[in-house]
Parts: sequence; structure tokens; C-alpha cells
Amino acid sequence: MLIAIISLSILGAALGLFLGVAARRLAVEGNPLVAEIQDILPGSQCGQCGYPGCAGAAQALADGSAPITLCPPGGRAVVQLLAAKLGVEANLSDVEESVPKVAEVKEEICIGCTRCFKVCPTDAIMGAAQQLHSVFREACTACGKCEEVCPTESIKLQPIPVTVQSWYWQKPPMKEAA
Amino acid sequence: MNPIAHSPHAHAPASISKVMGTVLLALVPATLYGFWLYGWPAIFLWSITVASALIGEAFVLRVRQRPVRPALLDGSATLTAWLLALSLPPFAPWWLGVVGGLFAIVVVKQVFGGLGQNVFNPAMAARVMLLISFPVEMTMWAAPTPLSGEHALSFAQGLAITFGGAQWDTMASASLLGHVKTEFTRGVDLLHSLPGYFEAGDALSGHRVGSFGETSAVLLLLGGVFLIVKRIITWHAPVAMLLGVALPAAIAHAIAPEHYLAVLPHLLSGGLILGAFFIVTDPVTSPNTSAGMFVFGFLCGLLTWIIRTWGGYPEGVAFAVMIMNALTPIVDRYIKPRIYGRDRKGTALPAKKGA
Amino acid sequence: MMFFEKFFGGLRGGVHPEGKKQLSAECPIRSVPLPQKLYVPLQQHIGAPAAPVVKVGERVLKGQLVAAAQGNVSAPVHAPTSGVVSALGDHVAPHPSGLPVPTLTIESDGQEEWVALAGIEQPLELAQEDIAARVAAAGIVGLGGATFPSALKLNLSRASGVQTLILNGGECEPYLTCDDRIMRERAAEIVEGIALIAKAVAAQEVLIGIEDNKPEAIATMQAAAQGSAIKVVAMPSMYPMGSEKQIIQVLTGKEIPAGGRPADIGVLVHNVATAWAVQQAIRYGRPLISRIVTLSGGAMRTPCNVEALIGTPVEELLTVAGGLVPPVARMVLGGPMMGQQFTDMRVPVVKGTSGVLALTASETGQAEASPCIRCSTCVRACPIGLLPLEMAAFIRVSDLASSVALGLKDCISCGSCSYVCPAHIPLVHYFNYAKGDLAAQERGKLKQEATKKLADARNERMARIERERAEAAAKRKAAREAKERAAKEAAEKAQQESSASESA
Repeated sequence: MLIAIISLSILGAALGLFLGVAARRLAVEGNPLVAEIQDILPGSQCGQCGYPGCAGAAQALADGSAPITLCPPGGRAVVQLLAAKLGVEANLSDVEESVPKVAEVKEEICIGCTRCFKVCPTDAIMGAAQQLHSVFREACTACGKCEEVCPTESIKLQPIPVTVQSWYWQKPPMKEAA
Repeated sequence: MNPIAHSPHAHAPASISKVMGTVLLALVPATLYGFWLYGWPAIFLWSITVASALIGEAFVLRVRQRPVRPALLDGSATLTAWLLALSLPPFAPWWLGVVGGLFAIVVVKQVFGGLGQNVFNPAMAARVMLLISFPVEMTMWAAPTPLSGEHALSFAQGLAITFGGAQWDTMASASLLGHVKTEFTRGVDLLHSLPGYFEAGDALSGHRVGSFGETSAVLLLLGGVFLIVKRIITWHAPVAMLLGVALPAAIAHAIAPEHYLAVLPHLLSGGLILGAFFIVTDPVTSPNTSAGMFVFGFLCGLLTWIIRTWGGYPEGVAFAVMIMNALTPIVDRYIKPRIYGRDRKGTALPAKKGA
Repeated sequence: MMFFEKFFGGLRGGVHPEGKKQLSAECPIRSVPLPQKLYVPLQQHIGAPAAPVVKVGERVLKGQLVAAAQGNVSAPVHAPTSGVVSALGDHVAPHPSGLPVPTLTIESDGQEEWVALAGIEQPLELAQEDIAARVAAAGIVGLGGATFPSALKLNLSRASGVQTLILNGGECEPYLTCDDRIMRERAAEIVEGIALIAKAVAAQEVLIGIEDNKPEAIATMQAAAQGSAIKVVAMPSMYPMGSEKQIIQVLTGKEIPAGGRPADIGVLVHNVATAWAVQQAIRYGRPLISRIVTLSGGAMRTPCNVEALIGTPVEELLTVAGGLVPPVARMVLGGPMMGQQFTDMRVPVVKGTSGVLALTASETGQAEASPCIRCSTCVRACPIGLLPLEMAAFIRVSDLASSVALGLKDCISCGSCSYVCPAHIPLVHYFNYAKGDLAAQERGKLKQEATKKLADARNERMARIERERAEAAAKRKAAREAKERAAKEAAEKAQQESSASESA
């Protein structure tokens, strides 16, 4: 009995030591994954995910402490890339709920204060001081920063209108007949 | 919701219940003949097997909170139980039908997700389960006692056999394959054991010992051809399965006739015809492509012959089918149709200018 | 494996839907009374929408250019009759989304006054480029339904060299008889159109493929083609025989390489009605402002074929067919296999409208979907050799990548699989959803990349500004310090000097 306990304890200790040493000696410096994830993320540092910028989000994703659906501006494309990178299942149902949006300027109440223009991470807002601003749709990631700083609530995120060009068939409804 | 319906705005006159109904129709002649051949016990056994399968299906669907009526009406549970009943000994006790029917539907079909999701053919899996669990009851064959003949069993006698466990003197017989196997273990070779035991005419008409629906090769063949003509099944799997048995049987018999049965007794014995036309053609558990079906059927046949010849059991159709069911995904993985404009490996065909 | 294919293959896939062509096949092409208002969408073709060149309130003549082609892949639009442009705005369109599209509304003045037309007496003496240019100017697109700009096809084919020109008279969709009628009634014009197309691409071999359920059309075309190099070939009646890939396979035995075009194997396919439009455009200078439309279906009172001006609202056509016989289960534009359902009767006829069908419930044969029983009927029906059941199963669980691996992108959306499925599973709907979703993802990815570049550029710019500001600040600081030091030194010097002078 005693011999068994002792021998197993020694065995355990020895193997633990070995693993500990191995972990130290063979440790990989830094995490290349973080950099790769950061490449996937939009890089607009909008902070909608709740992390300090895309680097913070990348770190959290690499740790596994954040869901891959964390990035609203990235949309489903980013979720799928992240899923492939991290080898996890992409649950797109969470993402689909947030309709793709872009910022839009209500021209009647824009005062041309240029605040939105200064915070836009992708230079998607055109205009100058005392001039009407307008949004370049193709460059807008719907990060919402402009919405926050607008003093007159004239710039707002609006769902992208569906056009004949962008429309496509929805998934057939899933009905289980049996 | 989509604002409007997607094309096509026409549909072939086909539905699952129509498919199942046609298969049931194809089974009717052989079944009626079985009823006539073995009398009341067969009728009781058949009814109780089908009923228990339907009750089992309804129960599971209720538990799974799925609509019950459409699933019962599609005929798939009936077909499963029907095929199982045809493969049981005609004088088997009632509980064999109940256990088999419930096992086929509840365990083999519904536990795997219901219609279309099962890996194994429910009828064959249930038969294998019964054969392993109740070997005595599953091999109590009876000689035919036609309803119109002088040995016909009365309704009461039928009740006594199916529900009362009564023994009958005609029940001592063995099927051909069982007889051959038993005689082999006693050291009697085919040249001595076979004469008087196999008559091709009897096998075709079904006037012989066996499961109640499997005995008449002609009627089953008729049903199978009907299904092929109706385009419910294709010829690939049945023909391949028969070939899979016939080819090795022919070779082996030519080499050592005293050890190996000839082609004809093989083809006309046991559940081979039933299996070839009604079991391996089960859409759910068989491969997708015609070529896949051919390979699948051939291997089913080959395995059947191997089990019959060298295995511990006299009959091997059910085992062979189950083994091949398990291999179906592999067959599907390797045998795919060639896509238009691509070669077999999937790379695009070269653009040939001026070719 | 080749053995298997030969042994099991034959003519692969395809389905045999009930033809229903007898409903309208014997009805000669009728004309439609001139509608009061014509709704002409700016985009009736694949590619960029045409740009309007007329103003609201302007009077236009029949055949006048009202919207010009925009970009490389586009086609112009012409006024179908004379009248006044009364509006330029959104109008219901023949599109499954039901979304309105920019449309020119022309109020007809009943004059049918033609614009000056530039016809040609000897069209076959035109140069190749001129034929293509005139086809382009006439706004001709593929009238079989694909609506790809025809001139573009001619130019691409001329550039890559075409041996075989195939004229598609398959018309494999049930109900439709518009191509059948045009071949029977306008064979001579079609043959001249074919000669023009053949000249434009310098084709050595010309084949007209017609399904054998149209014996009169075959006979008429054969008679009209007598003495020319055109060969009329009867093809087995099978859906989707009129699909480009299938007609090429049947007539030449060749297959278009995956992802490629017919030109890759030296083939060009045009619809027979397109050939007629080409002839009209070149001999008479008439742009494409009308087409043959089949009005049919079990709920159509008198099925018939009409020649309708582009922009004619469907409700006007229905009066020609005697109206509808209720109950109508579904109205469809095009054939039942690939056509689109529509609900608004004001939807106009466009260049790609081959038919208007009013179908009864028994004709549509719709039913709730039930689980797949893996019967593989869809696999046998697929003309491309795909595994519809497996692809749909993957798409159901949103695994689009796996369905692409099984060949989703090779799917031609012919609907044969959905048609035969005994479980009524909307297979082709799954595939079109998946294709649309993949395209949307692709667009999203491109936008993502573009915005990322913008964000990086901005970050860099911000950093540069910051740096420059810091540098400027540092410079200023250095300058200030230097100045201070200089002042200090000067002061010290002055002190020294003063002390020196004091001492002196």
C-alpha cells in the first residue's frame, strides 16, 4: 500500500516536473495567433466589442474569452474567417440579427461641425467646416462613432436598403414535418 | 419570409406516401400467398408486427412533439414492419413480432432521428436483434399448411400457435440453408444431404420451409420487377446483389460441388430475393448514385454468400445488409457522379480551342 | 470509373415534365392593342442599367433611344411606341424581390410614329464589326431568358474564334410556345438572322437544335434553311435541353469547362428569337422593342401567343387571352421550371419575358416539405451530375463551404431536383439562397478589405500628423531653447563686457 502510494507520487512528481520544464524550455514567444486575428478584424478600433480596440479584441479572441461574433462592423464575413482561423463552429444566427447598416446624414439638421468627420476611422465622411457632410457608403463600416459625437443627432446608422442588385433568396423556412 | 414562391412552379406527381404505397403494393402478392400458405398464425403475426410498429412510431413522435398523423400516413413504418414480418418464421410467438416491430421503429429508426436519418435498415436490424436474442424462436420453421388444404389450421389453432405458444408437429422442419449447415456439422456433404431437399420448382412457387413471406421467389420477383417498371427502384442494386451471390457460388460449386451449394439453390433460398428487391433498395440506407448502388448491392451479395458458406449462421442476408449499411457513407464518399465540365477529380476540363 | 460512367450514364439527368404545349402551340402570333401606358425598365439585361437620355415631358418616337448603355456589359433601351415620357421613377418590376426599379413611363399618343430607321439592303455585305455594332445599338439581348447583351457575346466570340454556331430552338420549358411559333411563322427572317450572326463570328458550322416535340417547327426551319449551310437537328424532348450547357453537350458532344464559357470550346449559342431580332435590327434598322410572349396555363381562358411591345403591363396582355379563370393558384413570368412568380398585374413585359402563365393549384403541385428519404431521385435528375440532397443538407445547417465543395457553383438552377423530389424539398431554393449568400459574403469581404485599407491609411496619417506635430513642437522647443541660450549668452557676454569695462 505504502509502496504503491509512494511510487505513484514519485512518478507523478517526476512527470509533473518534466512537463513543467518542457513548458518552460519549449515555450513559444508571444502569440502569433493574436497578430493573425488582428489582421482579420476591421482595424477601425471602434470599440463596439467592449475591448480597447482591435488589438484588445484579438487578444481576447485568442484567449477564448470572447465569442467570435463580437465584431458588429465585421459582420458575417469576419465571423466566418474567425471561425476558420480558430477552428470553432460559426454560429451565424447571432450575427444575422444585426442588419448591415451605414451612417446616413439628415441634411436638414446637419450644421457642418466636422466632429463626425474627425472621428471617422475610415474617412468615410466627406465635407468641410460649415458645409453639409455626407457619407461615402462604400467606406462606412457602421462603427457608430460619428453617431456618438454628433451634436444634433443628424448622423445616424440606418439599415442598408435592399436593392435589386443586393437582394437574394432567403433560406427556405425550416419545417420539420416528421 | 420570401415574398413569393421559388421556382419550379410545377411538380412531378410524386410523394413519399406514393413511393411507400407502391412498395407496399409490390409486396401484396407474396404476402397474400404467405397468408394462404401458413394460415392464421402468419396473419396474426403480420398484423401484430405492423400494429406494434405503428404504435411505437406514434408514441415516439408524441414524445418528440412532432406531428403524428402525417408520419403514420406516409407508410414508412408500415413498410418496415411489413418487411420484418415477412422475414419471421410463420409460427413465431406474438411477442417476437411486438419486440421486433418496436425495436425496428423506436431504436433503429426514431432514435437516429426518424424518417431518412437511420443508418441501418430497420427491418434487417430488428431481424438480426431477434435472431441473436431469441435463436430458438427465430429458427422454428414450419412446413406449409395451406389454408385450403387438408392440414389447414383452424382459427383457434392459429390463435393457440401465435398467442398460446402451442407446438405443432409440422414445426420440426428446417429450412434448406439450415439443413445444409446442420448436416455439414455432422460431416455429411452436399452430395448426400441435398437430394430430396431442394426442388427448384418448389422454391419458385414458395411451397417449402422458410419465413412466411420469403418463400415464393416468383411473387417477390414479380413485385421487384413492378417496382423497377414503376421507377421506384433501379435495377442496379438488385441485379448486383444477385450477381454477388451467383458469381462466387458458381465458381465454388464448379470447383467442389460436394462442399458448395449450386447457384440456383443459393438464389432461391432464404431472404435473397426479398433482400435484393426490397431491402438493399431501401433509399435511406443505401448509396446515392447508380454506380454506388451497384457496388453496394454486389458487396451485399458477396457478404451473404460468404456468411452462408463459412459463417456460423445458415442465412446471411440480414448481416450482410447491416454491414453494408455501415459502409454506405464510404461508398458515397468515393463514388460520386462526375460534374459537367469537370473531370472525375473535380478539376475543370481544359478549354480546347479549335478542338 | 469510365466504365461505370458508360455503363450507367447515357444522356445524364434531366426530367420529363408534362409539356402542356398543346394549350397554345396552334395559336398564331397575335398582336396586342396599343396600351395607353408603357413601363420600360432601364435594366432589362444582365449588367449595368442603361442611363436615361430623355427628360420627363419630352416627346419620343417609336424606336427612339431613350436610355443608353452604360459601361462594358449593358444594353440600350428604346421607346416601344411614340408618345410622351410621363415619368421616370420606380415601378414594379419582373424581379423575384418584388422591389421596384427605375422605369421610364411612356404615355402613347396612338400615332405609332417611327423614328427614322437606317435599314440596309445588302446586310450580308456588312463587316463583322458593323454587325456587332448594329446589334449593340439595337439593344438586343438573349431572348431565351438569360438576357445577356448579344453584341458582347458576338464580340467575345469573334475575339476567341468560334467554329460552331448553335441556334437554340429547344424551348424545353413546359407551356412555352413562343420560340415554336416564331420558328413556324418567321423562318425566313430567322435564317437571315442566323446568316448574319454566323458572318459576325465567322462560324464554320451552324446547327439549329429543336426538340422533337415540335415537328412543324423542325420541318419549317428545314425548308427555310434549304440550300444554306445550316443544319437543323432534332433533339430528344427533355428538360433542361434548352440550357446552354445541355444543348452544346447534345449537339457537339463537348462540355463547357467548369467556370468557362462556350467560346472556350469554340461554340456560340444564340436563341432563335434572338436571330430574328438581329435580322430586324440589321435589315430594317428596328431596335428590339417587342417580343413574342406565350400566354398559357390552366387558369388562362384562351391560351395564345402574342407579339407584345416591351413595357406592356401584363394586365393588358391578359385581356387578349380572354382573362383568367379563377381560382388562379399562381401567376408566373417565364416557364414553370425557372420562371418567377409575380403578384402585381401591372408588371411590364421586358426583353426576357417569354411567357405569362396562370397556373392552377393542381398544376403547381405544391405541398409541404417532408424529410429527405435519400431516395436519390434528385441525383438521377441533375443534368450537371451534382448531389442535390447532400448539398441541401449542408446548406440547411449553414455549412455553405461544404456545399461549394460538392459543386454548388456548378449548379445551373434548372430546378429538375425540386421538380422530382417526392418529399417536396425546395432544393433549388436552397441553392439559390446559398449562391446569393456567398455572393453577399464576397461583397462584404471586398468592402471589409477596402475599409481596412482606409482605416490603416487614416491611422498612418494620424500617426504622421502626430509625429509631425511632435517634431514641430520639438523644433519650436529647440528654437526657443536656442534663443534663450543665445539671450543668456548675450546677457552673460554683456555682463562680462560690462564688468570688463567696469574693471577697465
